[in-house]
Amino acid sequence: MSGFETYLLERTQAKDSHLLKVARGLGTYGALKKILDTPLTPKDVIEELKESGLRGRGGAGFPTGLKWSFMPDADKDTRKRYLALNADESEPGTCKDRVLMREDPHTVIEGCLIAAFAMRLDAVYIYVRGEYRVPYERLAVAIEEARTAGLVGPRILGSDFSCEIHMHKGAGAYICGEETGLMESLEGKRGHPRPKPPFPAGFGLWGQPTTVNNVETIYNAPFILERGAQWFRSMGTKKSPGNFLCGISGHVEKPGVYEIPLGMPARQILDEFAGGVWKKRALKAWIPGGSSTGFLKPDAIDTSMDHDSLKEAQSMFGTGAMIILDETASVVRSALTLMNFYEHESCGQCSQCREGTQWLAQIFQRIHDGQGRMEDIQLLEDLANGMAPGKTICALSDAAAIPTHSVIRNFKDELVEYVREGGHPDLRGKQPAVHQEVGV
Amino acid sequence: MALPDELLAELDELILNYPDRRAGLIPALHRCQEELGGWLSPEILEDCAEYFDMEPVEVYGVASFYPMFHLKPVGKHVVGVCRNVSCELRGASDITSRVCRVTGAQAPGRNSTDMRFYVEHLECQGACADAPMIVVDGVYHENLEPDDVDTILGELS
Ligand SMILES: Cc1cc2nc3c(=O)[nH]c(=O)nc-3n(C[C@H](O)[C@H](O)[C@H](O)COP(=O)(O)O)c2cc1C
Ligand code: SF4
Ligand code: FES
Repeated sequence: MSGFETYLLERTQAKDSHLLKVARGLGTYGALKKILDTPLTPKDVIEELKESGLRGRGGAGFPTGLKWSFMPDADKDTRKRYLALNADESEPGTCKDRVLMREDPHTVIEGCLIAAFAMRLDAVYIYVRGEYRVPYERLAVAIEEARTAGLVGPRILGSDFSCEIHMHKGAGAYICGEETGLMESLEGKRGHPRPKPPFPAGFGLWGQPTTVNNVETIYNAPFILERGAQWFRSMGTKKSPGNFLCGISGHVEKPGVYEIPLGMPARQILDEFAGGVWKKRALKAWIPGGSSTGFLKPDAIDTSMDHDSLKEAQSMFGTGAMIILDETASVVRSALTLMNFYEHESCGQCSQCREGTQWLAQIFQRIHDGQGRMEDIQLLEDLANGMAPGKTICALSDAAAIPTHSVIRNFKDELVEYVREGGHPDLRGKQPAVHQEVGV
Repeated sequence: MALPDELLAELDELILNYPDRRAGLIPALHRCQEELGGWLSPEILEDCAEYFDMEPVEVYGVASFYPMFHLKPVGKHVVGVCRNVSCELRGASDITSRVCRVTGAQAPGRNSTDMRFYVEHLECQGACADAPMIVVDGVYHENLEPDDVDTILGELS
């Protein structure tokens, strides 16, 4: 196994790592103490974050320090200020934030406190997807432990820095992971994303300045503050520094959540960490960064797992969640599963997305079932073109269009075969391949 | 107002977390569903509307948006099967068939006739590296073989 420095999963592996006394022994809250003990200003903390080059791990890869600097000057804008910690983790394939919250809630809390110090926040809301019962409980208990120890609440560690942290439970809608959908949901409404602008830094929760960050992003902050931006930059690539948590699932021998430096070739992660494609089979297709990033061919498996390299490969880093399909898998079937998902999760505000996801699901369904027509392939492409990029209020529409384009670009042969041969191999011969005239 | 006093006291605490009372609505609906029979009846929604000073139709609009809220009676045990891509690649459809057979529910989205079980399909639960998985009364069961389903459901009261 390749030697590289690790930090993201170190603390999570200790016994009872979720308890304050264990966490403290592992160094948690050291970075916070350092900030409060030295004359570091909020601006200095933001500068350090900018210097580190940390990019958001929630999907978009936006530079975190820059995002924090968008918050208005607290001396001039006296409104309440918030962090909404995005723990909605629902992008298919993504299963990393759950590990951090469950095994090391105190470092998550420390990250929130550092963000609160840097952006001079009044409170943090941790929006946890409703299904994450254990991570929610672990965080809630950890907050109470930290409060008792003077680490959360008024005058933290005797300083003049105060911050409240509140837990909030979602109720199972993917769209509430989108940052403005999350804010609507947290306000007690349907999770309908808001048009941008205005951006959350100016008009967020209850119309107040708000920053939304992913759990893994925030988890990096204490390490950067403790060990320095230069240390962070010694890992990963120039434009995507640091390590990331790679959830790898599907047809592999050892699915799991592994700590990987950004820029490691996907093949190395697959072979050295996940034990290769299972059952000694060959690779047919893979998804690099969660369901929204599309299906790639085996010849792209040498691509480095970082933002720029994956963009060049006509995909995205996304959440860094790899899904592996072996030679027996059906890309059409998996694409259909994803389209059913996006159709189900579209909030319905934009016609392109509401209608588009419905049509994509229906067309993939009929191709899968052996009732597709050759023209359907072009139709899929036209529909996806009408849905993205940037044509709708939020990026869910793009998230359905991107995998669709990828299937046409990389697996057109399979689409053609399904249309010609009568659908999924399991269905062939069991029913006549009726070429229905279904108009759009 | 038919919400029990203890629950009301809990909600009074809950809303203190927010600058705006209404933000407590979704957590409150969770607590109602947990405490009051596993689903949100029209009466409960009306009580919540009264508590949050909202129109009942507005509360209904919120509750119906979120898949975790059940607006019809559900069986004593709720069994969800993840059907998303990572689980499907590792045999989720066999797990679904087994769950339906063991519970007697005709298909996902149905109760068993004896009302012991409600079976539903779930989207990705964030357990993809431990696929396939089911959720029984809120508890995750991961890395399953179809036979595990018999054991897990067999141990329920
Ligand atoms: C449809 C959709 C779903 C999303 N779901 C999540 C999610 O579950 N968790 C998350 O952190 N970000 C999610 N995002 C990204 C957020 O909008 C946002 O970019 C992110 O939370 C910002 O945090 P970061 O800068 O730390 O990455 C989603 C975006 C879209 C368009
Ligand atoms: S793109 Fe889709 S999910 Fe996003 S706001 Fe529009 S309809 Fe809703
Ligand atoms: S796909 Fe089933 S838990 Fe993610």
